[in-house]
Amino acid sequence: MAFKFPSDEWVKEFARQINSSKAYEESGKDWEGDWIFTVEADDAYPKAVYFFIGLYHGKVTDAALIESENAREAQYFMRGSFTTWRKTIEGKLDPIQGLMTRKFKLKGNLAKVLRYPRSAKELVNCVLRVPSEFPS
Amino acid sequence: MWNFVSPRIVFGEGALDALDELQGHRALVVTDINIVRLGLVDNVKAHLTKAGIDMHVFDQVESDPSVQTAYQGAQMAQDVQPDWIIGLGGGSPIDAAKAIWVLYERPDIEPAAIAPVGDLGLRKKARLITIPTTSGTGAEVTWAIVLTDTTEKRKMGLGHPENIADIAIVDPEMAAGMPPRLTADTGLDALVHAVEGYTCSWHTDLTDGLCLHAARLVFRYLPRAVSDDRDMEARERMHYAATCAGLGFGNAMASMAHAMGHSLGGAFHVPHGRAVALFLPYTIEFFSSQAPDRFAELAASAGFLNAGGEQGARQFAHQIRRLCHDIGNPNSVSEAGIDRKAYEEQLDKLADDAMNDTQMVTAVRTPSFEETRRLFLYAYDGRIVDF
Repeated sequence: MAFKFPSDEWVKEFARQINSSKAYEESGKDWEGDWIFTVEADDAYPKAVYFFIGLYHGKVTDAALIESENAREAQYFMRGSFTTWRKTIEGKLDPIQGLMTRKFKLKGNLAKVLRYPRSAKELVNCVLRVPSEFPS
Repeated sequence: MWNFVSPRIVFGEGALDALDELQGHRALVVTDINIVRLGLVDNVKAHLTKAGIDMHVFDQVESDPSVQTAYQGAQMAQDVQPDWIIGLGGGSPIDAAKAIWVLYERPDIEPAAIAPVGDLGLRKKARLITIPTTSGTGAEVTWAIVLTDTTEKRKMGLGHPENIADIAIVDPEMAAGMPPRLTADTGLDALVHAVEGYTCSWHTDLTDGLCLHAARLVFRYLPRAVSDDRDMEARERMHYAATCAGLGFGNAMASMAHAMGHSLGGAFHVPHGRAVALFLPYTIEFFSSQAPDRFAELAASAGFLNAGGEQGARQFAHQIRRLCHDIGNPNSVSEAGIDRKAYEEQLDKLADDAMNDTQMVTAVRTPSFEETRRLFLYAYDGRIVDF
């Protein structure tokens, strides 16, 4: 079964993938910090979408599609266009390269994020495991 | 979309003359005390004097420069207000110069947060020149900065494309005085850059050729440069090999041998090039099933007949071990003189630090914690990796 991106079902499946990842549990065992991912509208998708993902000690505490970037408290924010997110989910864009080429923008304590490259990589592996379908 | 970043590179005999034409008022040379003693700072001063530039020297950079050293250098920069910062030396002074430059221009940033995201806004106060005096680190042409967190005994991979040098002066005369051990260690660092730049997941067509040629040069000229320090042809070609490899991996990435080498260096102060080269054959064997053709291509390019595929990759690992042996470098952690008990006590930290090193992001096979631990153990004993 494929999950429509962007949707609440999709982010919940992403959370399920993270919670079943031994590698993420191991690499994120000290991580404390919640994220809000913003999918910005572009030519391929007409409106902005916001996801909350709570991460604590190697597990997802909560994951949901939310109304706005301010709807929940978070310490880290990552924004990118729908097309950029789609390329990432399809494995065509490494999100770290996306950050370096400014396709994604990150807000939060960068020094802390940099200490967890392995967690970041495993989160990417989890996103690649979500069977995703996109609006045509 | 990706970027290829490079300074203007002035290279060849007499390249230091480029300093004669420099426009500016004050330069801060960031270096170490050995470079001062070797008279290389005086060489630079003679050229800056011709350019009418007042020179100040920060010579307190240690091997594996610390965050504190970067702050001290930045304080001196604030006092001197240079319009040029010159990193003169091996990788440590050049990395320190990059960090000092960033902190001089952006005192609001903490070193641990120098990352390739957003804008740094450099070049409002100064620009950077790099002059390598060793042939291996490639730091003269990369934007990477490695600083050591002395509290946690951990090397941090930092940097931003903006902090790449404006001018790299690659003059083989500046590295002519390297003793054989330093020649071997730094030359092997160039080989690891070439191999990892060619085989990491971020390699591109623009970096592949540089890495292949650099590896070829190292296999051909490093043994000569180590065995005969008057062989200026070998020294010159090694100096260029280092810069080619720097451009190659600097615009791709390094990989797991660097992650493991950083981890070992942070805990036991093994020289960087020696540490990363020591681990390279083990990581090649570990990766051999994932990217066999890339390693076999490197082997073929360096002139080694091989069976191709995974076996070719393993044969390439063997050739690297043979090179290390021939130039007197260790092929195992044990041979590097590290006590087994002390090593085993640090094993979990070694594995953890390696796995959280930024260079791991581009590894073509992601090891588990247990696999990383085993790799460190295999590397201690010099065992061929079979998992």
